[in-house]
Amino acid sequence: MSDKPRAAAIEGWHTLGDKPHLIGTRCCGCGTYFFPKQSHYCKNPDCDSTEFEEVELSRTGTVWSYTNACYKPPAPFVAAEPFEPYTIAAVQLKKEQMTVLGQVVEGVTPEDLKVGMAMELVLETLHETEDDIKVTWKWKPVAA
Amino acid sequence: MSNEIAILGAGMHPWGKWGHNFVEYGVAAAREALRDAGVPWRDVRFVSGGATVRCGYPGYVAGATFAQALGWQGAEVNTSYAACASGSQALAAARNKILAGECEVALVVGADTTPKGFLAPAGGYRPEDPDWVRFYLGITNPTYFALYARRRMDLYGDTQADFAKVKVKNAAAGSKNPRARYKKCFTEEDVAASAMVADPLRLMDICATSDGGAALIVSSVDYARRIGKGDAPRVAAISTVTPSFASGVVEMPDIATDSAAAQGIEAQSFRASLPIKAYEEAGIGPEDVDVAEVYDLSTALELDWIEDLRLCERGEAASLLRKGDTSIGGRIPVNPSGGLACFGEAVPAQALAQVCELTWQLRGQSGDRQVQGARVGITANQGLFGHGSSVIVKA
Repeated sequence: MSDKPRAAAIEGWHTLGDKPHLIGTRCCGCGTYFFPKQSHYCKNPDCDSTEFEEVELSRTGTVWSYTNACYKPPAPFVAAEPFEPYTIAAVQLKKEQMTVLGQVVEGVTPEDLKVGMAMELVLETLHETEDDIKVTWKWKPVAA
Repeated sequence: MSNEIAILGAGMHPWGKWGHNFVEYGVAAAREALRDAGVPWRDVRFVSGGATVRCGYPGYVAGATFAQALGWQGAEVNTSYAACASGSQALAAARNKILAGECEVALVVGADTTPKGFLAPAGGYRPEDPDWVRFYLGITNPTYFALYARRRMDLYGDTQADFAKVKVKNAAAGSKNPRARYKKCFTEEDVAASAMVADPLRLMDICATSDGGAALIVSSVDYARRIGKGDAPRVAAISTVTPSFASGVVEMPDIATDSAAAQGIEAQSFRASLPIKAYEEAGIGPEDVDVAEVYDLSTALELDWIEDLRLCERGEAASLLRKGDTSIGGRIPVNPSGGLACFGEAVPAQALAQVCELTWQLRGQSGDRQVQGARVGITANQGLFGHGSSVIVKA
């Protein structure tokens, strides 16, 4: 294990603690949530608010669907050598009524997942640079 | 009906990996459509091109490029870019011109040369671009197709064998289409033996990209009658509507859906919204449709489209497929051209290629892949950034 410092792969999109949350915004006019953050215009056709507050999104949800990546994606993805397939899930957040994509933690395959399964948000390495370890949000099945 | 226009001619350059400039394919398709229509090039007063955008340059500004290649003769030109729906928007522009009485005959043409290698976003650190974000996180185009496919399996009990059956059906149809790129028949075993790309989809479940060109000569119904073609197939509807907020289906290239947390949200998903407007405009319903050409970017997506077009209840498309209802000779044949499975996608030409196929089907000129007695056909097509289309053609 490398002793390089950890840093968010995409800055400001999630908190960095033990129980991480995605950071989104919420429209002060109609209550619509946004991830990635939206702070200039509301996409609800019946709302023209320009006021938004930054909020932490629910860190648990249920599987909407799932798959994996068997082939190495092109850049800007940074692949490990040799390339290892990884699992991907789309997870529905109840309060926010939205679905968020993300990789699933290492060691979980599509065979381990099912639509409706409970998932939680964790941080895991996306790739390493010369200076630090870039971490991002990933979905993890909630231990039964 | 007053909002109808006539399809006088259809033409295509065969799909393939020919390595020529896209203008060649477009000109070949346009010349075939002109011959098919029996209309002299100088009678065409509006040239409407479907364009593709690469590196910020819209396919040489397609309308003008094709008009020049065919020989400047003073027609007005238009170029439409709407991702995979570019061809339908170019057709809509021609229809508007004709129905407004500003021209009688128009050429609609789209053509593409597929670049080599991956279609990848520009580099750097650009988290404001959703396309950059999703590739950085390892989410590619097949990811989205696979998420839809897996959801069908968990919700409706579809199987990978069902998806393979779509490929087998479309390959059988495409083997009889001289304009298709892939003309080989496959078995379910062949599909099952191909490499897994994004579970549950294998290489043979996912469509390729191709070179190709497609063109239509369209006119006012008056003009069609004057040249003795009053019975030519009609464009009865063109729908290019967006989905409505807040669709719960995650769409390429987004990393998340919109939120439906606000009060009073009644969302319509991307694919479901398109045919609603098309049926309404044509004044018909799904029960009137004899043949459909849908965007099978993946085998499983063909099943989604069948349900979005309301050709069966939600969740029942696989059962339709298993009964042979969607094969040529079945109750409601889908993709008698062979679909994207046999063509591969040539973005600005593909939506027009679907209308070409319906034109030939409705004229009874489709040879071994003819859908007997077809009178009404519908297309469905899907592209990035909320662009999609559905066109209804009536005999």
